[in-house]
Amino acid sequence: MKNLGSIFAAYAIGWGIFFVYFITVARRTVALREDLERLKNSLNRGK
Amino acid sequence: MKRYAFCGTLVVLLVSAAAYCSLLLAPTESTMGSIQRIFYLHVSSAWTGLTSFFVAFLANIMYVYRREPRWDWLGTSAVEVGVVFTSVVLVTGPIWAHPVWGIWWTWDARLTSTFILWLLYISYLLLRTLVEEPERKALFSALFGIFAFIDVPLVFGSIRWWRTQHPQPVVMGGSGSGLNPVMWKVLFFSWFAMVTLMILLTWSRYRLEAMRGDLDTVRREAEVS
Repeated sequence: MKNLGSIFAAYAIGWGIFFVYFITVARRTVALREDLERLKNSLNRGK
Repeated sequence: MKRYAFCGTLVVLLVSAAAYCSLLLAPTESTMGSIQRIFYLHVSSAWTGLTSFFVAFLANIMYVYRREPRWDWLGTSAVEVGVVFTSVVLVTGPIWAHPVWGIWWTWDARLTSTFILWLLYISYLLLRTLVEEPERKALFSALFGIFAFIDVPLVFGSIRWWRTQHPQPVVMGGSGSGLNPVMWKVLFFSWFAMVTLMILLTWSRYRLEAMRGDLDTVRREAEVS
């Protein structure tokens, strides 16, 4: 198969972009969930 | 959570099946050879990116009309996902172009309008970081999103209205356009797989934005008490 390197690069980079984006969304969600829990707990303790 | 994991697994299977069809099942194109296989990822990502911007456009209109935060959350989620798909288009295009055209990039109408589209929606995301107050941020970005969408018909029409180096359209391209029937099936299956990926990513991003809304509400309650 000719140009195999280019085909491999296109698919690897393309999927890599999707994968990295999914991971960043997942990490942001986990961080935000922790913030939300922390804030709720501190509010409950204050009541 | 179980439903999300199930949908995620389904999307991974669909995208893997689309890749298998694109790389191994589709026939080799007679003039370009195997490098044409990039087309299935490139075109399906482009169509999905434009679909995502259309979802954002509808959500932006709904926000301006209703002023409900959920439309702002959907708008920003769809824009971010659309930018990701358009980034894939802008990366895979030059990888295909270099062996076929002998150059990585040229400022023709399709490439330039797509690059401007990407820049416009990057500006939309940057604009959201500049405005602090939630209602103003949502309204400004919704109005900007409606304006940015003007470029989408230009991207679609660029290869139909002007003579470009970019290949002519395979859909709605008039006489002489079209594809081998197996290539059609592979292209539409790839697009379907990409749309399921778009829905999953938009869903994930929407959950994040909704959680951010909850956090703002709790913070405001904490400030009041």
